[in-house]
Amino acid sequence: MKKIDKERLLLGIAAPVLAIVVAFLVTALVLAATGKEPFSAFGIMFDYGLKSDSQVYILNKATTYYLAGLAVAVGFRMNLFNIGVDGQYRLAAFFAAAVGGALTLPGALQIPLIILTAVIVGAMWAGIAGVLKVTRGVSEVVSTIMLNAIATAIIGYLLQQGRLGHLDEAGTKISTKPIPESSHFFEFPTTPSPVWGFIVVAVVAGVAYWFTLSRTRFGFDLRTVGQSGSAAEASGVDVKKMVITSMLISGAVAGLIGMPTLLNDSYEYSGDFPVGIGFTGIAIALLGRNHPIGIALGALLWGFLERGTGKLEFEGYDKEIVGVIQGVIVLCVVIAYEVVRRYGLKRQQSKVGAELAAQAARNNDQQEVSA
Amino acid sequence: MELRGITKRFPGVVANHDIDITVRRGTVHALVGENGAGKSTLMKILYGMQKPDEGTIAVDGEQVSFHNPGDAIARGIGMVHQHFMLADYLTVLENVVLGSEKLHGIGDRARARIKEISDSYGLGVRPDAMVEDLGVADRQRVEILKVLYRGARTLILDEPTAVLVPQEVDALFDNLRELKAEGLTVIFISHKLGEVLSVADEITVIRRGTTVGTADPKRTTTKQLAELMVGSELPSPETRESTVTDVPMLTVDGLRLSATDPDGVVRSVLDGIGFTIHKGEVLGIAGVEGNGQSELVDAIMGMRHLDAGVLTLDGDDISRTPTRKRREGGMGVIPEDRHRHGLLLEAPLWENRILGHVTERPNSKGAFLDLKGARADTERIVREYDVRTPGIDVTAASLSGGNQQKLIVGREMSHAPKLLIAAHPTRGVDVGAQAQIWDQIREARREGLAVLLISADLDELIGLSDTLRVMYRGRLVADADPATITPEELGSAMTGAATGHLEAPDESPAPKDTAPESAESTDTDPRNGGEDR
Repeated sequence: MKKIDKERLLLGIAAPVLAIVVAFLVTALVLAATGKEPFSAFGIMFDYGLKSDSQVYILNKATTYYLAGLAVAVGFRMNLFNIGVDGQYRLAAFFAAAVGGALTLPGALQIPLIILTAVIVGAMWAGIAGVLKVTRGVSEVVSTIMLNAIATAIIGYLLQQGRLGHLDEAGTKISTKPIPESSHFFEFPTTPSPVWGFIVVAVVAGVAYWFTLSRTRFGFDLRTVGQSGSAAEASGVDVKKMVITSMLISGAVAGLIGMPTLLNDSYEYSGDFPVGIGFTGIAIALLGRNHPIGIALGALLWGFLERGTGKLEFEGYDKEIVGVIQGVIVLCVVIAYEVVRRYGLKRQQSKVGAELAAQAARNNDQQEVSA
Repeated sequence: MELRGITKRFPGVVANHDIDITVRRGTVHALVGENGAGKSTLMKILYGMQKPDEGTIAVDGEQVSFHNPGDAIARGIGMVHQHFMLADYLTVLENVVLGSEKLHGIGDRARARIKEISDSYGLGVRPDAMVEDLGVADRQRVEILKVLYRGARTLILDEPTAVLVPQEVDALFDNLRELKAEGLTVIFISHKLGEVLSVADEITVIRRGTTVGTADPKRTTTKQLAELMVGSELPSPETRESTVTDVPMLTVDGLRLSATDPDGVVRSVLDGIGFTIHKGEVLGIAGVEGNGQSELVDAIMGMRHLDAGVLTLDGDDISRTPTRKRREGGMGVIPEDRHRHGLLLEAPLWENRILGHVTERPNSKGAFLDLKGARADTERIVREYDVRTPGIDVTAASLSGGNQQKLIVGREMSHAPKLLIAAHPTRGVDVGAQAQIWDQIREARREGLAVLLISADLDELIGLSDTLRVMYRGRLVADADPATITPEELGSAMTGAATGHLEAPDESPAPKDTAPESAESTDTDPRNGGEDR
């Protein structure tokens, strides 16, 4: 059976690799169509993307993306499509920033408090969609999209002077009150710029995700619901409770997404806080096959693409090209996974059939014929 | 029609090899073989759904090759599937013309044609009835009419009697004889030998993917046919000695369950259900599918909220206990639909071994899974229950139906259940596995297991059960002693024609409205006596 395992691993890697290769080919065609030379563009991207300052940039970006991928993946494993990760992390980061700016406790106390605020806000916001789903049958796709819009409105309303907003000294930018220096997260003193310490939290979250899903009863129940709701129910899983629980977890992880930026970079929530990372998370979770290591690779790839194409702009290429690559990757990934999954299943079925037929022939035993 | 040397290989498996069949025009030709013998594959080849790797098909002396069902229909070959393909919310007329609008339009011309076909073969189909209002037998006749409407001269019927009660089977056979009298050819697939002998003009037996012989129904007994089919003595579900004790294991009292149908109307799907299963007893529930059996299983498992009634398992009231607690408390389940309720098809076997018992040893310790324990125990189940698989890391989907079922039975038996709910435990399972599953149920029963058996196979029900109940429209309308009851009597009770205690054929049945409670009080059979009270 070692053989089948190895094969499964190979098939698992085949899909994303195939998708990325196809994506680059399509991108090359697009570049060629716009009259640019595609391969020198890729050359620039790789050259620049592998420089040491780029490496730091990619790691920092990937930290955020990784958490986003995990948040989405928790839902995916449950067959829930949490599109609302975007709203959840923004709302969470906003309230966490507000709490952080309002208090001046020792860092050892205040940092956990800020993170906890974010986690709770994210979980609550996602929980609304979970409750609506189990009590009223509202599709989480619809409700989380709506909640994203509501989150935007709430932040817009509260981020004003006199409410939770704070005008900076120059009087040009409104943000939450900056978090005191004592509550900044630690950094790795790398050159030329530091790597955010929050990467450690991201790694811990990834390990926890892996362990919970594959080694605990709770994780088994969650995966069961994701694979077959009817079988899960018959096996004794309280599916409704599971929907709410997993939405809460997904939202809690989503709450962490804004933390690397908040605690390692911006120290406040303002109008230029990064947006749209929840959607990036969907792409990364898909790319990484909901696997903790796959998601990490996906997050790094995303960071690399952004870094590399940033440079392209200076070289006279259209920076939109990164969007094309990313979009095509996601599209290819979805198709490639389905193709590889079906192929793998079929292949295994026939393999099992072959092994059994051989066994039966040897024993001259009763033979199972697939009818 | 002639089939010569048909061979079909699937990767690694030869589903059909060297099949030779000659079907004469104007006859009913039966094709018999146990489940998994390759009948369905052969039919798919005949109907153009699959292409044979070798061999030839000739229709009326002319060699043909079908690429799709359309080709087969053009040659006058039509198929009535085991699972009906009808749209519930359309009328019979609409269902019949659907996809063949070009033949006779969709209006009065089509209606006239349907009436004409229906009358000439005695099908009794009403073109303007809604399909959802029709019973199983009527739906089947609509399916037959659909095929005839498309001009078929040869009809393939895939296990047409599986869903019918004996009386309906007789009616179907009358229809088939009409068709035959009109010069049509019927290919009839079945593994029910009695039926085959009564309706067929010729019989071809398939075993392990090849034709092993033909038989003349006039000079063959079911036993000879069975031996030809299995290649050895046929196993029987019969249980000899009784192991019933007087210790109640599961008591169901006054159970009522209602459901809202798609139109928003609340109707009760189960009403006034009451019975007791004792330790060591197998209680069989007979009934045409869809009369509340699935709901009863759901209710006992705790997947549905009861509207009224009390469930007691081994002395504990479990009416409000969640499913997981009930299963931990010793409830084993062999579900009716193993793909939907019993397996994670894309998960490996060892994860399927955990399914439903994740909180129990050897699958977990505390909150954590015990991968080593679960895997080792899966190996044991595979070995002891003879699950044919190359290993425990293959997905459940890659096993055959019989082996999937053996895995489920092994899993459920591994947790020393007090009560086993077995819904159609041997459906779609080959004869070898069937005998094993019966043995395991018998063995466990000897050790004091209580079994709720639901089955559409009347022989299985009568053979395994200690007590029999008949379910009709959500009520238990009759009870019977499996030692004396015949499948025909049971079948007639399943249509709602007989109620009360079914003792001997000449005894007048009790009035319908007094069943089931009053039926019990007149019960004098010592094995049934005291039950429910």
